[in-house]
Amino acid sequence: MSDFETVAATELHTATPGPAGNPNAPGQPSDIGVPPTPSAVPGRPRSLAGDAWRDLRRNPLFWIALVIALIALLMAIVPQLFTSADPNDCALRMQHHGPQGAAIFGFDFQGCDVYARAVYGARASLLVGGLAALTAGLIAILVGMVAGFFGGWPDAVLSRIVDIVLGIPLLLAAIVVMGRVPSGHEKTRIAAVVLVLGLLGWTTAARVIRSSVITAKQQDYVQAARMLGAGNGRIMWRHILPNSIAPVLVIITIALGSFIATEATLSFLGIGLQSPTISWGISIDSGRLHMREAVTPLIVPSVFLALTVLAFIMLGDAIRDAFDPKLR
Amino acid sequence: MFRYIVRRLLQMVLAFFGTTLIVFALMFAGRGDARNVAQSLAGERPVSEAQLNAMIQEFHLNEGFFAQYFYYIGGLLHGDFGTSLTGQPINEILARAWPVTAKLAVVAILFTIIFGVTGGVIAGIRRGGILDNSTLVLTLVVIGIPSIVLAPVAQYLFAVKWPIFPATAGADPSLYQILLPGMVLGSLSLATALRLTRASVGENLRSDYVRTARSKGLQPRRVIGVHVLRNSLIPIVTFLGVELGNLMGGAIVTEGVFNVPGVGQYLFRSIRTGDGPLVIGFVSVLVVVYLVINLVVDVLYAVLDPRIRYE
Repeated sequence: MSDFETVAATELHTATPGPAGNPNAPGQPSDIGVPPTPSAVPGRPRSLAGDAWRDLRRNPLFWIALVIALIALLMAIVPQLFTSADPNDCALRMQHHGPQGAAIFGFDFQGCDVYARAVYGARASLLVGGLAALTAGLIAILVGMVAGFFGGWPDAVLSRIVDIVLGIPLLLAAIVVMGRVPSGHEKTRIAAVVLVLGLLGWTTAARVIRSSVITAKQQDYVQAARMLGAGNGRIMWRHILPNSIAPVLVIITIALGSFIATEATLSFLGIGLQSPTISWGISIDSGRLHMREAVTPLIVPSVFLALTVLAFIMLGDAIRDAFDPKLR
Repeated sequence: MFRYIVRRLLQMVLAFFGTTLIVFALMFAGRGDARNVAQSLAGERPVSEAQLNAMIQEFHLNEGFFAQYFYYIGGLLHGDFGTSLTGQPINEILARAWPVTAKLAVVAILFTIIFGVTGGVIAGIRRGGILDNSTLVLTLVVIGIPSIVLAPVAQYLFAVKWPIFPATAGADPSLYQILLPGMVLGSLSLATALRLTRASVGENLRSDYVRTARSKGLQPRRVIGVHVLRNSLIPIVTFLGVELGNLMGGAIVTEGVFNVPGVGQYLFRSIRTGDGPLVIGFVSVLVVVYLVINLVVDVLYAVLDPRIRYE
């Protein structure tokens, strides 16, 4: 979302001869010349994104978060890179056995390799978190765009729906819905958790995108595009969406972290994913029941879960701070 | 203000009906036809045809979806939440569980205020100091740790490894027994409270009226104590209010782990045993509490800060 790109785009559009009278009407501040500030950097003007990137590059927390998030992602895609053991290869005679060979954190109550199960747990968590964030993001963009762009009764109806969904506590609603989903196939449970989280978690992002669409709608480049004969669809897709999507990406990144945490909580309560699916929430629950005998089955998945959630929340937080000019 | 409250109340009514309709639809969807339901209500006992019909009549089982929803709402509005699968009236369970949860929530909120708000005020005044930087990093860590990690790990550390606190609370828990779960609950909102206070204090320190107060020669203590604190605590009060609402329902994991017999634990247990009516009754109450607290907080916001005007 670069202010200078917008200025440049306006220049281009207003330069085209249009049927309307005077495009340089007073009170349209973006018609000033291209370099509004005698920039300290010669050549390319500094954009907001450039400034943000400059800030981010210097932020150690951003790099730490990014590295952890990438490791978690890699773990979810190719867990074989991190452990050669099979997480489902459990033997009861190894119950609560100490570290041995590839099992660097020992074995749990069922005699499974604690480390291997923690590594393989990344897949379910990131899959659920990612798909839920995608669902929530798409709904938020759709609802926010329609409500912000058209205003009037669609806005009124959609905003009331947002109010209602926002009033429902996420965990409680998820508990009620998930209690009704028949336990059975792994994929149905994953799909159910994704849908529950996605359908309940889009409201904040929708509010943000609605307000940034309302701002973007009044910009000159939208007027210019309309003057050139662009339809609603084209204006929304080509002009408004690219200019109002940045804050949503930040919110969705943070939401990804909290969706992972909620998935783990549901699985912990026994109503999210269910064994034989490997999930950190399930591992933590079984680990806590036997913590007096062995503590690594509780600690290892806990650390994996906390670090992953933390990484996404920190990532979103760092990007938001970098993009917020008020904090400079 | 009056118009705002009326609008919010209407919105709340909408949200209430929306939520209960969804909850009820889920309950309705899962059960079979009227005869099956009546049979399952009777349990294992053999039931005669006449008894089945009487039960269908009594519980309106053969009527349509909306008629049944209407009866359910009617009961709810009269304070009748139905009966749990174990045969206890849900009202009685609620009356037993509610005070425990309230006690736990109070411990949690006090913990948040004592450590979060005080720490945030100090960090906000000494911006960039050691305390400020260390708490910022610490809060970042705490903010990302979900309760399912924090509760069992705290239980292991402070009750099993170093037995300072009892590992679990029993029926009718004492204050000492709910101290650890209360602190775990409180530390979940500690980080947010700290960051919010810090930001709010920092913002107010730079404001014009503080500069005025300083330049007319007020003592720094008075400037901070009266001018800065009063104004920066407004968002904190509202945050704590919302948090109190969340705690009532968000204590499911913590109460389950520490075996505190509060609302969350009954919910936790009834989920596991599949006690549908109990889950639905509790969720309805929690949603109502959540909605009411949110409204109170929004109104309180306008009362505390006269600059805020709702239309």
